[in-house]
Amino acid sequence: MWSTGQGETIQSQYALNMQHPAMLTSTRSIHGLAFHPLIPMISTRPANSCNPKRTFLAALGLGIVIAVLNSCDGRPDLSSTEKKIQESLSLEMRQRASMNVAAPSIVAASPAPGIASEDADAAPEGEEAAVLADAPHVPPPITRKHPTKVIVKLEVREVEKRLADGVNYTFWTFGGSVPGKFIRIRQNDYVEFHLMNHPGNKMPHNIDLHAVSGQGGGAAASFTAPGHESIFSFKALNPGLFVYHCATAPVGMHIANGMYGMILVEPREGLPKVDREFYVMQSEFYTKGKFGEAGLQPFDMQKALDEKPDYVVFNGSVGAVTGDKAVQANVGDRVRLFVGNGGPNLTSSFHVIGEIFDHVYSEGGSVANRNVQTTLIPAGGSSIVDFKVEAPGNYIMVDHAILRAFNKGAVAMMKVTGEENKLVYSGKIDDRIYQPEGSDIQTIPVVYKPAPLARNKNERIDHGKLIYQRVCIACHQAEAQGIPHAFPPLAKSDFLNADVKRAIGVVANGLTGKVTVNGETFESIMPQLMLSDEDVANALTFVLNNFGNSGGEVTPDQVAEVRGKPVTAVGAKPELTN
Amino acid sequence: MVILFNVVVCACLGATAPPAGMVMIPGGEYTPLFTKDAKPRSVSSFFLDVEAVTNAQFLQFVRANPQWRRSQVAEVFADSGYLRQWTGDLDPGVNAPPEAPVVNVSWFAARAYFKAMGKRLPTTDEWEFAALASATQADASRDADFTQKILAWYSQTTPSMLPSVHEAEANFHGVRGLHGLVWEWVIDFNNAMSVGEGRDRNDFDRDFFCGAGALGSANPNSYAAFMRFAFRSSLQGSYCVANLGFRGAKSIPAP
Repeated sequence: MWSTGQGETIQSQYALNMQHPAMLTSTRSIHGLAFHPLIPMISTRPANSCNPKRTFLAALGLGIVIAVLNSCDGRPDLSSTEKKIQESLSLEMRQRASMNVAAPSIVAASPAPGIASEDADAAPEGEEAAVLADAPHVPPPITRKHPTKVIVKLEVREVEKRLADGVNYTFWTFGGSVPGKFIRIRQNDYVEFHLMNHPGNKMPHNIDLHAVSGQGGGAAASFTAPGHESIFSFKALNPGLFVYHCATAPVGMHIANGMYGMILVEPREGLPKVDREFYVMQSEFYTKGKFGEAGLQPFDMQKALDEKPDYVVFNGSVGAVTGDKAVQANVGDRVRLFVGNGGPNLTSSFHVIGEIFDHVYSEGGSVANRNVQTTLIPAGGSSIVDFKVEAPGNYIMVDHAILRAFNKGAVAMMKVTGEENKLVYSGKIDDRIYQPEGSDIQTIPVVYKPAPLARNKNERIDHGKLIYQRVCIACHQAEAQGIPHAFPPLAKSDFLNADVKRAIGVVANGLTGKVTVNGETFESIMPQLMLSDEDVANALTFVLNNFGNSGGEVTPDQVAEVRGKPVTAVGAKPELTN
Repeated sequence: MVILFNVVVCACLGATAPPAGMVMIPGGEYTPLFTKDAKPRSVSSFFLDVEAVTNAQFLQFVRANPQWRRSQVAEVFADSGYLRQWTGDLDPGVNAPPEAPVVNVSWFAARAYFKAMGKRLPTTDEWEFAALASATQADASRDADFTQKILAWYSQTTPSMLPSVHEAEANFHGVRGLHGLVWEWVIDFNNAMSVGEGRDRNDFDRDFFCGAGALGSANPNSYAAFMRFAFRSSLQGSYCVANLGFRGAKSIPAP
């Protein structure tokens, strides 16, 4: 269902992080098909999966004639359909093959996936006990090529455990920890499910597996008092990654206390081979105390109703998959994450910082999206993502509803070790000062400092020159010649030299109206300039000692004296002043 | 199964003093969780044991009634967990202190225990009505703190050794340990029925399924009551559970 595996050129050995003794004593060896890391995954669909004659004979043998009708309904020649799809994807396949990545699903595009198959109507062969794993570990891939009877034994335990440092919580669990044990079976397997409720438990419990087709997903059939065991069975008709959870009243509280996990129903042809698989499940906790408040925290019903959790975590507690407990991978590994969301209320925006998912089987289904940054995982839903880790480092998994990550605990970590590939990711090449204005002096913001006061006439002329060039020059021009009919000259100016005090007033207060300079009458506006007394004094001193004027010095005190006393007279001769 | 609903019309409350070890719970009305139309049900006054039955008391019973000893009890009346915390037939042992509530007793055994002494198990209505009371109020069902306290107890695991029944907190009526000690049998435990599917909304016995939540319940926020109904409906008469005990009730005789 997932992929044909075409274009798959990964050579590395399957390297699951198996640490559980139970997994080392896999009962898969019952069939002589003991899990071996080098057994390649079967990835092609049998060409005769819908051969009418074969299916009919098989059906006769079992007396299930109706299966014949179902199995070929609407698709008389499945293999040719697949061929067409394959052809349409062939170009892309070749491209992907050259990039050393897995091919996308093609079977998902066929019209009727699921029950119609070569073994849907066949009796399961043999029997085995399911291999269960605690997060973040995943049971090994299924290597057998036929459905079997799988016995799953899951014990419900109510346990007090760590929720965060210094914070404990009474978790209700499937198998002793949150999330519940990961169950891995194959499509069309016949599952005999045993739910055992530990005698020390306070509550009755049950299980609703979303992989079950039937009322309640097994809930009513598995309702079990403490100290008892319920047995029911189902056939795994649809492949996919499914959530399971407790559905005993009050359902919200049973889920909020940790009663969820996942069951993977592998498609007949298996999953594309990867190097590592991990199990990550998000959920939230509603505690009486605020985030981090120490002690044994009871469940807070009102916060749950308000959907305001204090904790949003991966794998049942803050820091369950960080630091020493981070999952590990090597550069070059293809990593698959089975990601679930137990809820009970929130939807996850699952993201791995620094990675792009090569494939996302959205909602745990059969169609792959590619090149995804963040995938949405509904409460009671899942997602299968895979990616190749190209560069070493710590890769942080978050709920990208980001305050949940930084304030409520929704952080997990993958440590990737190996050779750096500078082409893929350079790391920091240089660390340099950023200079927005292009200055090579300023490295820190500079507090504005006014220019120093002029201490003598020469300094006044020097400072005044700068002011003239910054302010006055626009109208009176570089050689102080002015502009005929517009702006009067300051060079050899009779108006200026006749009355310096008047000139100070013009600069300090502005001038409106007719003015005659060197025989020419100007009618314009001299604006009041936003210059300090010091600046006015310096500018005038500069002008008086340049441009053929009569010299002299103007002091700030003189400017202060006339400031605010506007000059109204016009003309070269001093008429109103003095 | 057996439904004994003793409706005793008592026109003269207080005329009869409660037997030793019992208190009178004055009758009244309460709205059970499972009624869709939220009609209150009336509960007549009745006598209720102050404390749950202890290991010491049950030991006396099995001494006098060999057919209820662990090794001799009929399989149909008690499952294999019967008195499993006891060391032997007539030896409760260190894990079952004399004054701790006796647990791992089937409904059949609990009934038999009271039969000889003229008592019975309380009905669901009687038990729930008496259990509305906090230490200070006869009806604390809308007291959020009280509800939270009960929920907190439900959320804890059962201790390996149960405490004495005398140490349990007394409620408004003087009854000890209705909440916070052990679950307790009621005579009609399988009457209000959670079908084990906490979300079922089919037409099956609509008044009595408990899990349909919002649709079928008078107070869907009453998680504590939900849990008791869910617990009871997970039981069968022969079941023995490690945190399930019992106490006696008695109808008030007519004058």
